[in-house]
Amino acid sequence: MALRHVGKTYANGVAALSDLSLTVVDNEFLSLLGPSGCGKSTALRILAGLIAPTAGNVVWTDDSSADHRGQIGFVFQDPTLMPWATVADNVWLPLRLRGVGRREARDRIGESLNLVGIGDFADAFPHELSGGMKMRASLARALVVRPRLLLMDEPFAALDELTRFRLNDDLLAVREKLGCTVVFVTHSVFESVYLSDRIAVMTARPGAIAAEVPIDPHGPRDVNFRTSAPYAQLCRDVSDRLASRNRAGEA
Amino acid sequence: MSAPDDHSDTPQAGTATASTALRIAIPLGVLIVALGAWEMSVRLTSVPSYILPAPSVIGRTMVADWPLLWGSLQVTLETTLLGLALAVLGGVGLAVLFSLSRIVEYSLYPFAIVLQVTPVIAVAPLLLIYLPQNVAVLACAWIVAFFPVLSNTMLGLRSVDRSLLELFALYGPAPAPGIWGRFRLRARTLWILRAPAALPAFMAGLRIATGLSLIGAVVAEMAAGSAGAGSGLAYRIIESQYRLNIPRLFAALVLLAGVGVILFLAMAGLSHLALRHWHESERRPEP
Repeated sequence: MALRHVGKTYANGVAALSDLSLTVVDNEFLSLLGPSGCGKSTALRILAGLIAPTAGNVVWTDDSSADHRGQIGFVFQDPTLMPWATVADNVWLPLRLRGVGRREARDRIGESLNLVGIGDFADAFPHELSGGMKMRASLARALVVRPRLLLMDEPFAALDELTRFRLNDDLLAVREKLGCTVVFVTHSVFESVYLSDRIAVMTARPGAIAAEVPIDPHGPRDVNFRTSAPYAQLCRDVSDRLASRNRAGEA
Repeated sequence: MSAPDDHSDTPQAGTATASTALRIAIPLGVLIVALGAWEMSVRLTSVPSYILPAPSVIGRTMVADWPLLWGSLQVTLETTLLGLALAVLGGVGLAVLFSLSRIVEYSLYPFAIVLQVTPVIAVAPLLLIYLPQNVAVLACAWIVAFFPVLSNTMLGLRSVDRSLLELFALYGPAPAPGIWGRFRLRARTLWILRAPAALPAFMAGLRIATGLSLIGAVVAEMAAGSAGAGSGLAYRIIESQYRLNIPRLFAALVLLAGVGVILFLAMAGLSHLALRHWHESERRPEP
């Protein structure tokens, strides 16, 4: 799918995006990297169909006839779980909204919870979970619809570093298993380089794509990669692009 | 995927019961000391019982006049509970209606506010003219109890996490075109999302409404009593005042306070049952 010359100006006059074009390739892990307030989340929401662009359009390159809403999973910045419902019932929600009963959904809920490693906590309430586990539950809720496209809006930004590293690895493992396309919004250079096949660096106000940086998709992603010279070089490269573009923007 | 992160344990039960016992024992002790001081001072200064009766005299009056007081208690309690039930029905019903339709809200909400801000004691005489007495008393209880239920439920229905609402847009079926389709989507959101989210605020409203319903019933009984008829506890209080039967006045007052406390505890219990699994207000602090 692709965004073509997309612009978004909010009702209060703030121009969040201007002439943003971006193609999402099937099965890739694409990161949208930029400073806060650069319209990353807005771009993601437009991809999801949650908000409509005020200019340009979203094009699905495969078959524009099908209902694409059913193929998208979305993970918010906060876990946004319903506090009155158990983890299993929270994961059930997307299916419930499509008319799948609790009993029919049971296997898929269990499968999804196991996939993110919280199979034992199906009957726990969100307040009983740690921040990392809540995020796992939130991820399970997005995966239960078996999405072809997984959209993630700075999902791990609020977590401590150790938990974030673990969730990064687990996310990659899940993706390996399911083989879905991921668009991942982040403001962390290190996180984006570690996870992505490709990074789209964004400028701020109004947001647009400044550069696209491919990361070798075949390299293994593990603790060795995190400490390797190529990793450091890539991080530096991406940081430079981010810094130069945003300096230009401020000038 | 790897093992999950840390998981906190439930708090110990032992210290919790000890602190509960203490929380009951302390105010009970204060009450006993205060009653003792009252009894002593009345006896020592030999104040006549038509000015200030001793607690023991009030107790004896309570026993002696029990059939009369019990009958009045039942009348007041019935009015209070019925008024409350109707207030919950009306308040929740209207709040739901408002959340489904802006037009209904705009056309009716101002009148609900007018009903709330007009002092019920000023409305009671009018109601007593137009309505049979027991209905008028009930209407007063309803009027004062209705608004907290309505406004709290409205607040609750609106305070839903925006992201959770976005989940509905993302995963729900596309709403059918037209007013009916929009209405169905709203009804569905209401049932799955807004109703449970509104429960804590509704419970807070219910607690306020319970106390107010009793006040409304008493106020209306007093207005009605001075109009010449009635048999609730408030009427007994006015009657006792006219007859200078101050011990009975105190006894009726004690019963009224007792009713209030029992209703409050019942609502607190109900709130605990409804929210204990998930809401912060009903969770014990970690020791």
